[in-house]
Amino acid sequence: MCLGIPLKVVEISPPYAIGELSGVRQRIRIDMLPKVKLGEYVMVHSGFAIEKISEKEVNEMLSLFEEMSKY
Amino acid sequence: MNLPDWDNPAWSESLIRKIKQTAPRELRFMEVCGTHTVNMFRYGIREAIQPEVKFISGPGCPVCVTPTSEIDKAIWLSQQKDIIITTYGDMIRVPGSNGTSLRKAIAKGATVKIVYAATDSIDIAIKNPDKEVVFLAVGFETTSPATAILVKDVIQKGIKNLSILVMHKVIPPAMEALLKDEDIAIDGFLCPGHVSVIIGEKPYHFIPERYHKPAVIGGFKASEILYAIYRMVLQIAQGQPAVENAYRHVVRSEGNKNAQTLLREVFYIGDTEWRGLGRIPESGMLLKEEFSFLDVEKRFQIPELHSKDPPGCRCGDVLKGIIEPYQCPLFGKVCTPLEPVGPCMVSSEGSCAAYYKYGGKTI
Repeated sequence: MCLGIPLKVVEISPPYAIGELSGVRQRIRIDMLPKVKLGEYVMVHSGFAIEKISEKEVNEMLSLFEEMSKY
Repeated sequence: MNLPDWDNPAWSESLIRKIKQTAPRELRFMEVCGTHTVNMFRYGIREAIQPEVKFISGPGCPVCVTPTSEIDKAIWLSQQKDIIITTYGDMIRVPGSNGTSLRKAIAKGATVKIVYAATDSIDIAIKNPDKEVVFLAVGFETTSPATAILVKDVIQKGIKNLSILVMHKVIPPAMEALLKDEDIAIDGFLCPGHVSVIIGEKPYHFIPERYHKPAVIGGFKASEILYAIYRMVLQIAQGQPAVENAYRHVVRSEGNKNAQTLLREVFYIGDTEWRGLGRIPESGMLLKEEFSFLDVEKRFQIPELHSKDPPGCRCGDVLKGIIEPYQCPLFGKVCTPLEPVGPCMVSSEGSCAAYYKYGGKTI
């Protein structure tokens, strides 16, 4: 039930936005993320963007996993 | 930025190895999110980390913890004249008392529409001005902000023919109820990723502070889940239980403040009934007085429905992790995903349905 889908924001018209994943576009609500910008990734749950996905943290996690898998 | 493939097998393999090497003894952890339950089965994580770590599925499926009395109310409402029920899909097949369900009510003429977003109910209300639309508001903190937005939209748009059956629940008090139960021995919690997006880290602090157990927030892909489990094991090995956020790329430490504000504006926290766990103090989200005119209880005279749980069903013990689903005498025999007896077999995220599909334990 708490499934989330990461979408890239490609259009904004508050309180709506268009999110995209692999060419599929979906209208979403951004009431909980009023400052979201074009090109940012958001986690979407039942039609509502609930949080931005942090590029900095994604990269840190990536390096951590790459490092860990060496040992 | 391109999102990485968090299912990278090399990462998973190294994390499984680390979990097994680090565990100081056999550990029993609990997940309290239905999406964690299903994904751990799908990826084969449960088997991969045994016997060092055993996972038991807690009350993570909102449909499963909704008491029969609430399901009966939804079914009763669906049978009234000129009512349209709107709901998330999971609720349709949940059994009420005496083998009833919304699905069976549909067969007898009820109008039930599945919505993707709570606010889709507004379009249905506008298109059907001579009907009363009832939204079944179920779910934990991930979902309740959407209901709060629905409430605000209904008022702003002046919609008069929409009301809500509010069944929202708050997860941390249920975790505390499980920790207090002496029949249930848990060494730590894998905390739900998307509930935590909304509530942040703070509501879990009681777990290490009062119960000295790890509480680690995890994502949903293979390496994200395994990393969270590894951090739980490491905390125990080092004797330093804490709240830790292993899903930092999505969960902010303070949660989503806009969502928290919405929740505070629309709901108050009160006691509520959980299937299997009983009445838990301050674990329900209820409509504030100024919005209570949207509550179905205020709009309809719902009679006393004399609800009773399905005989023989042990969903309650499954939800507490006291028994594994296949230990229920009904599991796989009279209770199957096609003909579910209890709610844990209905929702694809219910423990029984997940065990039935992926569990590998046959009857």
